[in-house]
Amino acid sequence: MTIGVVVFPGSNCDRDVHWALEGCLGISTRFLWHETTDLSGLDAVVLPGGFSYGDYLRCGAIARFAPIFKSLVEFVDRGGRVLGICNGFQVLTELGLLPGALTRNRDLSFICENVALRVTSSRSPWLQARSCEEVLNLPIAHGEGRYQCSKDTLLKLQDDDSIALSYTTNPNGSIADIAGITNSSGNVLGLMPHPERACDPQIGGIDGRVILQALIG
Amino acid sequence: MSLYKARVLVSLRPSVLDPAGEATKDAAGRLGVDGIRKLRIGKAIDLELEASDETEARRKLELLSDRLLANPVIENWKLELHMVPTTQSTMS
Repeated sequence: MTIGVVVFPGSNCDRDVHWALEGCLGISTRFLWHETTDLSGLDAVVLPGGFSYGDYLRCGAIARFAPIFKSLVEFVDRGGRVLGICNGFQVLTELGLLPGALTRNRDLSFICENVALRVTSSRSPWLQARSCEEVLNLPIAHGEGRYQCSKDTLLKLQDDDSIALSYTTNPNGSIADIAGITNSSGNVLGLMPHPERACDPQIGGIDGRVILQALIG
Repeated sequence: MSLYKARVLVSLRPSVLDPAGEATKDAAGRLGVDGIRKLRIGKAIDLELEASDETEARRKLELLSDRLLANPVIENWKLELHMVPTTQSTMS
């Protein structure tokens, strides 16, 4: 089993994800430069956090034109699992693999803290090991994490049971307290919190392990 | 081919909260400028492009605005387009 971690110019959580996967969970991991188109031999792909292309224009707006995405969209169509964390979530919405958009936090501040998250749906493989309403504690670190979508999109997310995680106390003004969503097939998860920063008890908790473990089923 | 100058104005959709605009409006009050009812922040993108005619120029700019310069989920855009007179053009 091998996981690919995409590296853009400006990614800064790529090594954290590598450390969490290999060091904490013993899962083989390979970095993928954003210009590669070869995803052969990979079981799942992570788009890590950071500031791809300096967040120029809009977060994720330029990264989504990276050469890797043609292969990644095909990978998703074949049912491959893709996890977008923070900036990775922003890229997935810009790419259209997930609906909606991430906008500037309601109170303008960059928020870096631990938050409590409710498992809103355990339908997808990412959280099927947990029960609905269970609370996970994960760190967030973002300036633009306020999830926005149209009323119709929100209804569809609810009808499809695609809201994976929601904040118990909304830190950024996200619509419906949304912290993470899946696509309707469930194989793509985007979330603002950082599971890779919660995989070792010595740095404050291991609630992130369940999500990273789900990369390999 | 002709040379066109364009400006694409990108603004947040009215339904989307603009915290940066709100903060700037508050600062305007602290500067002593009162009476500001609304302040929303957007972007202006200036371009020069070559196209065979205005229709082609518009087609290119509409694609660019919809797919890259603005995110239609949260933003609207407006296009201003002018042909550059040949004397100012770098092309023959």
